[in-house]
Amino acid sequence: MSAAFHPSDDLLASYAAGSLDEATGLLIASHLTLCPACRDTVDRAEVVGGALLDSLVPDDTAMAPVSADALARVLSRLDDPLPVPHRAPPPSAPQAQAGAAAEGLPAPLRQYLGGGLDTVRWTRLARGLEQSLVVDSGRVRARLYRIAPGVTIPDHTHHGSELTLVLHGGFSDLNGHYGRGDVASADSTVSHRPSADPDGPCICLAVTDAPLRLNGWVGRLISPFLNL
Amino acid sequence: MTLSSPPTPEPPTPEPPTGAAPEAEARSALLLRVGRDRDRNAFALLFGHYAPRLKAFMRKMGADDAVAEDLMQEAMLTVWRRADSFDPQKASAGTWIYTIARNLRIDRIRRERRPELDPDDPALIPALVSEAPPPADERLHRERVDDRVRAALKDLPPEQAAVVALSFYEDAPHADIAARLGVPLGTVKSRLRLAMKRVRESLGDCLS
Repeated sequence: MSAAFHPSDDLLASYAAGSLDEATGLLIASHLTLCPACRDTVDRAEVVGGALLDSLVPDDTAMAPVSADALARVLSRLDDPLPVPHRAPPPSAPQAQAGAAAEGLPAPLRQYLGGGLDTVRWTRLARGLEQSLVVDSGRVRARLYRIAPGVTIPDHTHHGSELTLVLHGGFSDLNGHYGRGDVASADSTVSHRPSADPDGPCICLAVTDAPLRLNGWVGRLISPFLNL
Repeated sequence: MTLSSPPTPEPPTPEPPTGAAPEAEARSALLLRVGRDRDRNAFALLFGHYAPRLKAFMRKMGADDAVAEDLMQEAMLTVWRRADSFDPQKASAGTWIYTIARNLRIDRIRRERRPELDPDDPALIPALVSEAPPPADERLHRERVDDRVRAALKDLPPEQAAVVALSFYEDAPHADIAARLGVPLGTVKSRLRLAMKRVRESLGDCLS
């Protein structure tokens, strides 16, 4: 099943431009794994990048001329042995039994976790709500959330923006139902109370660029402990 | 490159890359020759076209001259090493080389990882349309796609063009672009969306 809720085009274009922070980039790459339509959009945006590279004019290149011996130096290195990668290669995908792949985590996320969901160390936030920090790129963070069946997250608005990618199960809010691959976008104008589907836990990757502010009285009570 | 291919004769000394710039279609053909035949002459011609652009691209990102020169040489070496994975049905040479430069820039200048999808991921949901190869006369249609995108970019209203250029050349996050242009964050996002919409419309069914 393909996603029904997608990241906005400006996010997809920024992913293609390479200008997203790492946490948001991880969410987009994970969504792309599950969404052929957005892969197409990113392909188009990469064409924009290629066209811009090709259309750099002599004025741009004259500012920083290529050194006279550059070609000779590169040619002399063509047969050098390949450099050892400075990062360990990502763990290979688990050789999942047939059927498991359809519900498996996207490879970009597995690379950050160093494995599948079984490697995640969850921290309990509230009854029926657990989290695990995946990427901390300063102000922007990506976290996994596990919400127990039927649990509703306290009413909250956002100081900044929040993107939520459903990886397993689903949830509903004012805008509708979000299933695997869907991306919910929320900003400071939205107040919502997402509810996990009753038939199983919901697992999401959420990227926030500022602390959440919980509106309800329960929310205000637990908010200092959440570090959301 | 296939290891079983017969040894190719020693190529003539690469021409100095000062001649006429190879056309877009010719550039993809050159890149194919680099990948398939390890053709150093073809590589030198590509170098002549892309080296100055790649260096300017790195400079725009804020790299100083020496770093930009290093990254340009590194990018061209990567072009040589990965050319066998270039597929002209998926991208033009320009787009393919752009992605190499972009990733190198994130890796070396920002020192961050770039999360990338894995085309062999068992979790990947494939496109619904069949991925049959296009007919032979469509083989170089990726270059026509590039031409249309380039034309669409030229026709963008200046305020949209500025946001596109800052995103792609200077790697600036939306908030920085907003600060530099003195407009609200939402305006940056909507201009980028409008620009992408124009690009999409200019392509029609070209890419789908």
